[in-house]
Amino acid sequence: MSAPTRSDVLIVGGGLMGTTTAFFLRRYYGLSVTLLERELVGRQASGTNFGNVRRQGRDLDQLPLANRARAVWGRIKELLGEDLEFVPYGHLRVCYTEAQAAVLEQHAQAVKPLGLDLELFTAEGLRRRWGIFSDGVVAGSLSPVDGHANPRLAGPAFARAAEREGARIVEHAEVLHIEQEGGDFLAYAADGKVYRAPQLLIATGAWSKRLAESFGEPVPLEARAPTMGVTEPLPYAVGPSIGLSSPIETEGLYFRQIDRGNIVFGGGLKSIADPVNIRAYVKPDNTLRQLRELRRFVPGFAHAQLIRVWSGIEGYTADWKPVMGPSARVSGLHYAFGFNGEGFAISPGVGEVMAELLATGRTSTPIEPFSIGRFAGA
Amino acid sequence: MPADSPTARFVRLAETGRPKLALRIDGRPAEALEGDTLLVALLSHGRRVRDSEFGDGARAGFCLMGACQDCWVWRENGERLRACSTVVEAGMAVLTRPPADYWPMTPDLAAHLSRAGGES
Amino acid sequence: MSAPSAPRVVVVGAGPAGVRAAQALVEAGLRPVVIDEGRRDGGQIYRRQPEGFTRGYAKLYGSEAPKAEALHRDFDALRGKVDYRSETLAWNLTPGELHTVRAGEPQVLPFDALLVCSGATDRLAPVNGWHRAGCYSLGAAQIALKAQACAIGSKVVFLGSGPLLYLVAAQYVQAGAQVAAVLDTAPARPPLAALAGLLARPRLALRGLQLIRQLRRAGVALRKGVRPLEILGSDEHGVAGVSVFDAHGDVQRFDCDAVGLGWHLRAETQLADLARCEFAFEPTSRQWLPRLDEDGRSSTPGVYLAGDGARILGADGAEAAGRLAALAALSDLGHAPGRALYQSQHADLRRTLATMDRFRRGLALAFPWPQAQFAGLPDQAVVCRCEAVTAGELRRCVDQTGSREVNRAKAFSRVGMGRCQGRYCGHAAAEIIAHACRLPVEDVGRLRAQAPVKPLPMDTREVLS
Repeated sequence: MSAPTRSDVLIVGGGLMGTTTAFFLRRYYGLSVTLLERELVGRQASGTNFGNVRRQGRDLDQLPLANRARAVWGRIKELLGEDLEFVPYGHLRVCYTEAQAAVLEQHAQAVKPLGLDLELFTAEGLRRRWGIFSDGVVAGSLSPVDGHANPRLAGPAFARAAEREGARIVEHAEVLHIEQEGGDFLAYAADGKVYRAPQLLIATGAWSKRLAESFGEPVPLEARAPTMGVTEPLPYAVGPSIGLSSPIETEGLYFRQIDRGNIVFGGGLKSIADPVNIRAYVKPDNTLRQLRELRRFVPGFAHAQLIRVWSGIEGYTADWKPVMGPSARVSGLHYAFGFNGEGFAISPGVGEVMAELLATGRTSTPIEPFSIGRFAGA
Repeated sequence: MPADSPTARFVRLAETGRPKLALRIDGRPAEALEGDTLLVALLSHGRRVRDSEFGDGARAGFCLMGACQDCWVWRENGERLRACSTVVEAGMAVLTRPPADYWPMTPDLAAHLSRAGGES
Repeated sequence: MSAPSAPRVVVVGAGPAGVRAAQALVEAGLRPVVIDEGRRDGGQIYRRQPEGFTRGYAKLYGSEAPKAEALHRDFDALRGKVDYRSETLAWNLTPGELHTVRAGEPQVLPFDALLVCSGATDRLAPVNGWHRAGCYSLGAAQIALKAQACAIGSKVVFLGSGPLLYLVAAQYVQAGAQVAAVLDTAPARPPLAALAGLLARPRLALRGLQLIRQLRRAGVALRKGVRPLEILGSDEHGVAGVSVFDAHGDVQRFDCDAVGLGWHLRAETQLADLARCEFAFEPTSRQWLPRLDEDGRSSTPGVYLAGDGARILGADGAEAAGRLAALAALSDLGHAPGRALYQSQHADLRRTLATMDRFRRGLALAFPWPQAQFAGLPDQAVVCRCEAVTAGELRRCVDQTGSREVNRAKAFSRVGMGRCQGRYCGHAAAEIIAHACRLPVEDVGRLRAQAPVKPLPMDTREVLS
C-alpha cells in the first residue's frame, strides 16, 4: 500500500457536481483538490441528460441557486476556454390545457420577485413567433435568456479546466470505503491507493446512498433512467429549448435543436436503470410513445428520422429536492447529489456554492432546504 | 439504348427495354424505367442525390444497400425517402434539398437564420 | 403447422445464412418468422433483380449462378412454411423480444431463440476525398450492376483490397463498363501463411487468379501494393480521378468519374450488440466480433449468430453456418426432431466451417486491412461521412481531451454519431485514435451500437397491445 495522498479537499465522484466544485475550489480559493472518479468523468446523469439550461419550472427554493448558475453559464467560455455549445436562445414551456396555462401564469408571478422574468404567450402569440406547434398547444411561458448546452462535453471540460488550475483528477479510481482518522477522511480505492483530506465532498449521483449511509445519514434515493433520443439533422429553425408542461407523465416531452440541425429530445416515461452494472437501457415502447407525443406536439417532426436513443442513471430523492450542503453529523463532510434529473442547468452554481462552502464554511446562496438533515430519523 | 442525359452519373448497361415512367425531380419532369430505384432515377438525370448538411458538398449515395443512409431525399410534401431502397413510382415528386417551407417562416426563425448568417 | 407449444424462433435476414437457417427449422417441423429488410430474398450476395428485369442467372451471378438459383428456389419452396416479412427492419432488441417495423407499423416479436443472420457491409478505410459524389463502396458498385444494370460512372477506378475488388472489376468489364484501373493496397507477394489458408479452397483461389487474368487481358491497369493519396475532384462536382503511390513510391494518377472503394467486409453486429453479446478482438482482420462457439451460440442464451454478420466466411460458409446455428438452437431448446438433425449433421457442418475459416484467414492475410494507411491520412480527410468529422478533428480530440477510447472520442467529436451509426467510420476511427495515443487498436475499444439499428421514421406508430 502506497503512502496516502493528502489534499485540502477530497471529492468522490467525477460528475458535473464534483468537477465544477473542483474547478471553483482551485480557481477562486486555491485549495488543493483530489477528485476520484470510478470510471470516466462526466458520464451517467452528467453526460447523458438533455442539456437544458432552464430556470423556470423549478421549485422556488432552487431559484437563487439557478440564478447563480445562469450567471456562470454566461461566463462559460471565459472560464473554460470553450463554450460547451451553450446558447442563450431561451427556454420555452408550453401546455395543452387552460388549467395548465394558469399554472404557468402563476409560476411567472411567483418567480418574478426571485429575479426571473418570464414572458407569457397565447396560442396565437406562439404561432406568430414559432409556428411549429400543433393546434393543441394553447399557451406558453418564455424565459428569454436561458437556453441549452451539450452535456457530453460539460463534465469532461470542467475536469480538464480543474486540472489546468491544478486539481488532481483521478479516473478509474473506485472508492470502496471511507474512514476517519485524526481529523482526516481516508478514502480507500479499489486499486489499494489511499487518499486523505480534512474535507470531503460526496458527489456520486445515484450511487451516493451507500457512502452517505456509512456516515449515518441514510437518504431515500432511487436510480432512474431518462428516455432520450435524437433525430437526423433538420433545417435549423428552433432556437429555444422547449418543454411541454403537463401533469400527465407521458405528455411531458422536451426538445431542443442544436445548430447542426438535430433535434434532441427526452421526457415521458423512464427507462431501465441498472446501477449495479452501471448500465441504463431505453425501453423501446417508451421511445415509440415519445414519437407519438412529439408528433402531437410538433406535427413537422412526423417526417424526420430518429437516429439514436440513449439513457443514463440519475438519482432521485423521495421529496424531489437535491441533497446539497454540509453533513448534519460529521464535520468536514459535504454532499451534492440527488438532483432529480434537473441538475445540469444548476451544476455550475452547485460547484460555485460547494467550493465557497468548502473554502469558507459558508455560502451566500440559500441551500438550507437541501440539507441532508431533513431525512434524519425518517 | 436510350441516351442518358449528358450529365448522368450512372450509365445503363442493360435492361433498357423496360417501360418508362414519368416523375418529377426538384420540380422538373424526369423519366425513369419501371424497376429503377429512386437513386438510379436521380443519377440518370444528374450527378448528385443530396447535399451534406455540413458543408462538404454534394453526395450521390454510397453503399446502395440501405446501410450508409447517405441518400435520403424528400417528397414534395416533406416525407422522407431512402433513394437506394425506394422503387420509383409513376408520378413520384421528389426533392434533393429540404422543402423550402419545412418550417413556417416566423420572426423567431428569421432571427435565427440571420444569426446563423452573421456567424459564418 | 407446428404445435402451439412449439418454440418461437425468429430469423433475421433472408440471405444465404437466414434462408438455410429457416430451411433447417422448417425441416424440423417449425414455422419460423423470417424478417428481412430487402424487398426480395437472397441477401446482398444473391440479391434478386427486380421483377421485369430479364438477365439470366449466369449473367447475374457468374460462377455462383447455380448456388444463387438453388437458394432462391429453396426459399420459394419455403414461402408457405415460414412467416416471411420482407421490407421489415429489426430496429431494436430487448431480452427475449425483437422489435420490428414495416412501413411505419411496429411489432414486438417474442422469441425463444433468435437467429441473427444480418450479413455484412463493405469495410471502408477513408481516403482523402472519399466523401465526394461518385465515390461508392465496392458492394455498391456491384449492386448497381446486379440489381439495376448500371455502372456507377462512365469511367471507374476500383481501389482497396480483397476478393470483391477483382470480382466487381471483372463483372464491370464483362458488362461493358469502362474500368480505368484496379488499385490494390495489398502487397504483390502475399505472406506464406496466406497461401496456406487460400489453399483450403483451391478452386476459389484459382477463380481469383482467373479474374486477374481476365482484367489484364481486357487491358485494365492493375497495380498492387499501392498507397492511396486522394480521390480527386471537387466537393461540388464530385470525383474526377484517383491518385496513389505505386509500389515503387511514385505518384500515379488515374482519371475517372467514379470510384469503387472497399477492403473486404465488416459484420453487421448491431443486433448482437443490443443482445448484449460479448465481443472479442480478432487480430487477423483487426476487428471486434461477437464471441461465438463453433455452432454459432453467442454469449447471450437464446441468441445465435450466423453468416457474414458473425464471421466473414462468404456465402458458402454462411449457408453452412445458418443451418448449424438453427439446429444448435433447436437442440438447446430440447426440440426432439431438431436435436436429432443436430446430432447427425453438426460434425460435418463444423468441418465445413473450419475449412471456410482457414480460407478466411488466408484472405485476411493476403488482402490485409491497410492499417499503416491511417497514420498518413491527412488532417483534412473526412473520416465520418455522416457528421463530416475529419482525421484532424479526431486527432485534436485525442490530444486536447485525452480520449483514449472510441466511445469517448465519439462523445466529444461526434465521430460515428450520424445516420449510419459508425458503420463506415468505426474501424478507421479506432485506428486513428489508437495511432494518435500510441496504443494497440484493441485497447481503444469498439463503437457500441445504439438503437435504432437503422433510422426509425418518426411517424412510426405505437405497438398496439
